[in-house]
Amino acid sequence: MSFSLVAPTVINGLTMGAIYALVALGLTLVYGVLHIINFAHGSLLMLALYAVYFLHSQVGIDPYLAIPIVGPAFFVIGYVLQRGVIGRASHGREQTVLLVTLGLALIIDNLALYFWSADTRTLDLAYAFETIDLGVALVPVPRAIAFAAALLVAGLLWLVLDRTDLGKAIRAVAKERQGARLVGINVDHIHALCFGIGTATVAVAAAILLPAFYVTPQVGYTFVLVAFTTVVLGGMGSFAGALVGGLLLGVVEALGGLWFGESLGEIAIFGLFILVLLFRPTGLFGTKAA
Amino acid sequence: MVPTSPSAVVSNRVMTPHRLLAVLLVVTLLAVPFVVQSSFWLTFWTMTLLAAVLGQSWNILGGYGGQSSFGHAAFFGTGAYAAAILQVRFGVDARLAAIAAIGFGAIAGAAIGMLSFRYGLRGSYFALVTMAFAEVFRIIAVAWPLTGGGAGLNVPLHAGAATLQFVDRRGYYWAALALVAISIGLAAWLERSRFGAWLVALRENEAAAQALGINIFRVKLGAITLSAALAASAGVFYTQYFLYLDPGIAYGPGYSIEALLGPIIGGTGTVLGPLIGAISLHLLGRLATAATGGAPGLDLAFYGVLLIGILAFLPRGLTGLGAGVNWPSAWRRSRG
Repeated sequence: MSFSLVAPTVINGLTMGAIYALVALGLTLVYGVLHIINFAHGSLLMLALYAVYFLHSQVGIDPYLAIPIVGPAFFVIGYVLQRGVIGRASHGREQTVLLVTLGLALIIDNLALYFWSADTRTLDLAYAFETIDLGVALVPVPRAIAFAAALLVAGLLWLVLDRTDLGKAIRAVAKERQGARLVGINVDHIHALCFGIGTATVAVAAAILLPAFYVTPQVGYTFVLVAFTTVVLGGMGSFAGALVGGLLLGVVEALGGLWFGESLGEIAIFGLFILVLLFRPTGLFGTKAA
Repeated sequence: MVPTSPSAVVSNRVMTPHRLLAVLLVVTLLAVPFVVQSSFWLTFWTMTLLAAVLGQSWNILGGYGGQSSFGHAAFFGTGAYAAAILQVRFGVDARLAAIAAIGFGAIAGAAIGMLSFRYGLRGSYFALVTMAFAEVFRIIAVAWPLTGGGAGLNVPLHAGAATLQFVDRRGYYWAALALVAISIGLAAWLERSRFGAWLVALRENEAAAQALGINIFRVKLGAITLSAALAASAGVFYTQYFLYLDPGIAYGPGYSIEALLGPIIGGTGTVLGPLIGAISLHLLGRLATAATGGAPGLDLAFYGVLLIGILAFLPRGLTGLGAGVNWPSAWRRSRG
């Protein structure tokens, strides 16, 4: 396979992988702290995509400028969902959380289908088709922005977790729930905060994703599997892992598509997912035992 | 596992209302083909029974064995596709194809189980890996010429008992009812057999079960194979009923979710839970659709509400109603 064909494919895969990483960051935070798998993550992404879409089509706000609106709004949604529904309905059992979030996904996806129909919607933006010439390949501007944003958001999350008092409290809850409670940390509040931050992150991802993508009520399911794969690949709870995992997935998918054909490219993702789950469930960077 | 746990004694005493319920169910289901005249409601009941079979198949692995699968469509779809492909592409007799398809489903279950359980996947990890397998199967079904790809596969119409195609739709209802009876028989056998006791023991405490000398891997493998065979039989039924399949129907998330909803709502690890769950779900879903004027999607949204409600208030499902409502601690306002 010639370099002139592989290089653009790898770059294309890297930019798609950055989007996967961006979507997976919130999921990995929620898993790392709450030790729960949020099945509704993709549905929340879909909801945020619609929010960004309607902010543009109805109010005329540019997707990137919508971040200060959808970010806080989805933080509140996430906080309320965790505190009001997930935490209460699951009786603190891991297996039940998965089912409760599945229930949420069913509700969100099908309400979206009811209100907004199954139509695929895309934004018509002037800059969506502009490209940056990298010499070996042309990269669309929205993809380049997504790549930078993934690095930025991962860095920000890491800063918050590693350098602030809030981050210290979050890490305490993640490591030792009972001990954290004993030293006066409100565990339920921290859990909800994390879920809120995770949901806000996915809303930011939606704003950055939409100029280069589309939205349908089913888009969440497409992404939820890829996001799980990214998180598992990188090691659950690791931001750097999610970043590298996402990029790796993007490249694997692109090369898989190049070598096995478009329809089988996706198989590379799930094949990798199954292999990692089976042979290295702690992920490539994870330290926690599964 | 204490052999004579107090709950066993209690369950003997509360058997009477359960028995009454069972008799009521049998009478109702036997009466349906004679009472129901409209083809709409006959289809409704047939689909409900199909969901009950699929639910029972999930229940064997997830309810009795505690291994929740999120990808039961992998087995359902394999049964459905194997039946269709054998008949359409290889001209195999429908009855033979049905039996072979159930075998293929069992093989798919054993293969996935062999991999997952050999490497000790549990809880959410097992759920995720089953989901990924269903998705892999779906992508293969789209890409493989044998399955007809994304356009789907039509089974030619040749009505007759030998082709397992019934002109009188009641034939399908009776076939579905027979499958339900078999599935319930399997669950009842599990509750009485040594194998079932092993399965429940490993669900309750895997380490303790292993310490007692139970071969965890083999019991789990047996459960997933049995479960997959039953799911495949539901798939075969689907193919014979609709005579059409595509990858989204067979391997999409729809039937994976349908498989787990019924038993969780009706009561996991119980003989009648999946059937009661399927009937309640479909009746309520129908009600929701009627109340909203046949809007698409709303019945599924309603399923989600019901699922969360059951998990919150009745973790033992509808059949556990006798045990009382389990108010989440936060709603009891006993703790901050």
